[in-house]
Amino acid sequence: MSSFYGVELKSRLLLGTSRYPSPAVLERAVKASGAEVVTVSLRRESGAGKAGQAFWSLIQSMGVRVLPNTAGCHSVKEAVTTAHMARELFETPWIKLEVIGEADTLQPDVFGLVEAARILSEDGFEVFPYTTEDLVVAERLVEAGCRVLMPWGAPIGSARGLNNVYGLRSMRAHFPDIPLVVDAGLGVPSHAAAAMELGYDAVLLNTAVAEAGDPVEMARAFALGVEAGRAAYLAQPMEPRDMAVPSTPVIGKAALGD
Amino acid sequence: MRIFLNDDMHEVSPGTLAAALETLGFGGRKIATAVNGRFVAAAARPRTDLADGDRIEVVAPMQGG
Repeated sequence: MSSFYGVELKSRLLLGTSRYPSPAVLERAVKASGAEVVTVSLRRESGAGKAGQAFWSLIQSMGVRVLPNTAGCHSVKEAVTTAHMARELFETPWIKLEVIGEADTLQPDVFGLVEAARILSEDGFEVFPYTTEDLVVAERLVEAGCRVLMPWGAPIGSARGLNNVYGLRSMRAHFPDIPLVVDAGLGVPSHAAAAMELGYDAVLLNTAVAEAGDPVEMARAFALGVEAGRAAYLAQPMEPRDMAVPSTPVIGKAALGD
Repeated sequence: MRIFLNDDMHEVSPGTLAAALETLGFGGRKIATAVNGRFVAAAARPRTDLADGDRIEVVAPMQGG
């Protein structure tokens, strides 16, 4: 079992709450996924608006832990202020820290990310940084106080899977004791299974479930993928090799040739 | 005086952030606030005086990924 800032989770699937067809489908998808942590965000609300309050009541009724994000923040200042607002609103020191650096790929601004992570860690936040698989950036994040790292699989919402398996494998090898979560870019359960087979502690996804034809069934499928990938990792997969090796013994084969 | 709440202009009596939020319908709501880009904790709202032209951000829980 992996520990995220001292919190032990049975489920290795963290699920986003955005883009579902309805609150009822969201609720059923979360249940089907078995997720114990869901990501949430903050947005402007008017005095007459009630959407935020209704959403919060729904989340509370699910009995899950929340991981607020700083989605959409493009500067350190924005991200830090948003984190403070989230900590008060959701009553948790956890923050999924996003500092976006590039509009088309939503690639993290890793320089701003490290700076914001340091500011927030020193202020008592428990930071889950949305980062790339760059090892040097990851080192800086750990130095800044991060005790979880969340490299992207692929750009957010792209459903491309693991773009850089080598990089993700290197990261796992380089940080054997830091909980690692593949965050973003997963499209199908086999992507999640592949991340888990690399030894990742968990995956975080949203759009792949929310925008599936049947989000509830896809949530269940991802839960199975995560479970299968984790079991495979623990079972120590064999190494790939270039040449065939017969699985049926050759010794004792009947001599039937000319 | 004029303040801007989530970019919309409002005329309010001079006073605190807490008073302005009450006037504008946010009383008792689960919200977080910032004034001119700086976070203002709920406990600090009653002692945070607003000035003409202040820009207030009010956010609530929302779906996120």
